Amino acid sequence: MAQSAAVEFRIDRRSGVATYLQIVQQTKQALRLGLLEPGDRLPTAREVVEATAINPNTVLKAYRELEREGLVEARRGLGTFVTRALGGAAAADDAPLRAELADWAGRARAAGLERDDVSALFTAVLDKTFEGDHTG
Amino acid sequence: MTGAAIEAVGLGMTYRSRGGNRVLHDCSFRLPAGRVCALVGPNGAGKSTLLAIAAGFLRPAEGTVRVLGLTPPDARARMAFVAQDKPLYPQLTVTETLWAGAELNPASWDQATAERITEPLPGGAKVRTLSGGQRTRLALALALGKRPELLLLDEPMADLDPLARHQLMGALMAESAEHGTTIVMSSHILTELEGACDYLLLVDGGRIRLGGETDDLIAAHTLLTGPVGDLAPHTVVESRTTGRQLTALVRREGPVDASAGWETAEPSLEELLLAHLRSPDAPPLLTPSADTRTREAVSAA
Repeated sequence: MAQSAAVEFRIDRRSGVATYLQIVQQTKQALRLGLLEPGDRLPTAREVVEATAINPNTVLKAYRELEREGLVEARRGLGTFVTRALGGAAAADDAPLRAELADWAGRARAAGLERDDVSALFTAVLDKTFEGDHTG
Repeated sequence: MTGAAIEAVGLGMTYRSRGGNRVLHDCSFRLPAGRVCALVGPNGAGKSTLLAIAAGFLRPAEGTVRVLGLTPPDARARMAFVAQDKPLYPQLTVTETLWAGAELNPASWDQATAERITEPLPGGAKVRTLSGGQRTRLALALALGKRPELLLLDEPMADLDPLARHQLMGALMAESAEHGTTIVMSSHILTELEGACDYLLLVDGGRIRLGGETDDLIAAHTLLTGPVGDLAPHTVVESRTTGRQLTALVRREGPVDASAGWETAEPSLEELLLAHLRSPDAPPLLTPSADTRTREAVSAA
């Protein structure tokens, strides 16, 4: 365990989303944003539960789900490692799409839109664009 | 980890000091090893009595209990019990208390684990000068330092501030993750245990009314809302009718009839517990791993 974990999880008990799903979703989000890359180690169950006070089996369930989806791999005695990136590098900090979106957000603000307005607008367009797709 | 951490069959207990009040009556359950179990129930339901019996501090009037496959006195070296009043020696300092822990548990004592828990406490302070929350911390340090296979905690978080509560719950979960320690925690505040526990025992009226894997217990029930109708063949835990609308929490027997026009939802753990507490006549439910009559189920679990 020489290498330290690349991310940490934040558990929101009031979100209504099952705790193990929060871990799955946050891992995927980190993969999309390039915060996690292939070869990175996820925190051990011990590390996660010590920081979040959730049940160890919840962490293991989340990791099994990520493993089932082919995103991570458990290596006996070593930990759980990322095997695959998600969504390419399109979401990384320096990617062109992100820059364009940041530019658009800036213009929306300058036009007098509040944060909630921008969020609602973005979600509406997103829903329209991906209409009919299955959400994962 | 296989086998049972606790197996109780037909436990009965009466306190003469409470006017012959029967605290436990025909109380049977099994807790598989390696689980983190919430022991919940209303005040006076028998939670503390049950823990004290498992710890070997009380002898049940009826029935038997096996802890880690042994009688409670024989299992004492392998378990730790933190009682509600956190008994400690008031004249010892924090450091001396840990020293006593090491002397009393020479085979298993883990000083580093104990010191991680007592780290915020002044080592030279006498126990009698500590606050309630600080005493709880020291008592938990003693219990964890013993490196037990079974940890019995009676209302462990009651007098801790939110930060200490989170930190100590994290330490308990880490212990369970690393060593597979079985933990039983009693509380009447469910929210402080929800996330941390994967097993549940609801004690009410002296017996176990719900016992088993939290997820399975929740999944066995459905919340129904919709037009008034016949709820058979489902077991009704609780139902209310307001005008033409029916709200019910049922234990499903087969699929819910879609033609009845009911909205169905999975109850939250809190909804499940409250419905049972409001309905004392609802039949008990123990999953196979918690039911002492299904012996084969343990090895499969």
